[in-house]
Amino acid sequence: MTAPHEPIPGTTIFDGRMAMKGYPLNKMCYSFNEAAARQEFLADEDAYCAKFGLTEEQKTAIKERNALALLAAGGNIYYLAKFIGMLGLNVQDIGAQQTGMTVEEFKAKLKAAGN
Amino acid sequence: MAKIVGGVTTSHIPAIGNAIANELFEDPYWKPFFDGYPKARDWLAEVKPDVAIVVYNDHGLNFFLDKMPTFSIGAAPEYQNKDEGWGLKPLPPYPGDPELSWHIIESLVNDEFDICSCQEMAVDHGFTVPMALLWPDQTQRPVRTIPVAVNTVQHPLPTPARCLKLGEAIGRAVASYPKDLKVVVLGTGGLSHQLDGERAGFINKDFDLMCLEKIVDEPEALAKYSIHDLVRLAGAQGAELILWLIMRGALGRKVSKIHSNYHIPISNTGAGLLVLESAA
Repeated sequence: MTAPHEPIPGTTIFDGRMAMKGYPLNKMCYSFNEAAARQEFLADEDAYCAKFGLTEEQKTAIKERNALALLAAGGNIYYLAKFIGMLGLNVQDIGAQQTGMTVEEFKAKLKAAGN
Repeated sequence: MAKIVGGVTTSHIPAIGNAIANELFEDPYWKPFFDGYPKARDWLAEVKPDVAIVVYNDHGLNFFLDKMPTFSIGAAPEYQNKDEGWGLKPLPPYPGDPELSWHIIESLVNDEFDICSCQEMAVDHGFTVPMALLWPDQTQRPVRTIPVAVNTVQHPLPTPARCLKLGEAIGRAVASYPKDLKVVVLGTGGLSHQLDGERAGFINKDFDLMCLEKIVDEPEALAKYSIHDLVRLAGAQGAELILWLIMRGALGRKVSKIHSNYHIPISNTGAGLLVLESAA
């Protein structure tokens, strides 16, 4: 193992440790590539989470649609994006949720980066 | 002999695909972005490439964490998109060039790059959005394609230096192919953006503009960064700069800049476009 890097605030590096922790959650989200899987989830969320062996922490984060909790539970943004998309949300909605802003405030922050 | 005629780098954000589907080309939010592309299309119409090597990252469509190859190359007769979880429509398939794919794979492995070869490969927005920006008519497929997928999902990611060298090796592979073909290389993704965590929405305009300048004549300067540096300076997903470095490496030492564009924000991203022509 290489020496740990200086942490970057507000950023989790999705490495092997996180990939192991998040495996069932990410595997479930990966399944949402298929429309039939999305329908199965929406019909009975708890049963679908149980089928993939999600931990209690992961189940709660899914139930609460809480992006930061999903990331903390080992979720990877690319797989989570399929869950987010299925809910009809986009990366600005999720950006706002993670940063504690309204969507309009979050969009304004992005625009300001161009000034 | 086959020849790399040049390369194009472009962002590949899913929202661009939606904007194309809804024809938002004149919408005030989108216009400064889409207005960058006609010049890139003009250049492609002029050089008329036979094949596009498309360097992108799979965002959890073709690959899962059960097997996560660092560098994968398609060797299929054609490639198809899928709905990706948010209901994208099926597009006409993109024709491949399996003979050239296998030549590149053999050449790369002989050159000490160990490649995952894929005879089936679903391509996601990382591949389809740049193709739609550069060849908008979805009823025509004027170029054959070779997808090169790079792991940017699970760390460790390949270093920028390694990616520049992979590009150079792709350049040697194409140059040793006996058929007369014109090849263009697309480096997709970037520039700075971060989707996840409390730092979501991070964009670094100064860093992006520096990258757009340095990659033309001094790609080695960018190859000195570590992945951790890129995450710090360009955001978690800004590490996609490594895909641009593969493109740049493939073009050879001397290139000329034909066109560039940069616009903030598109979705959560600093969107960059660059057209480079290889020296004759």
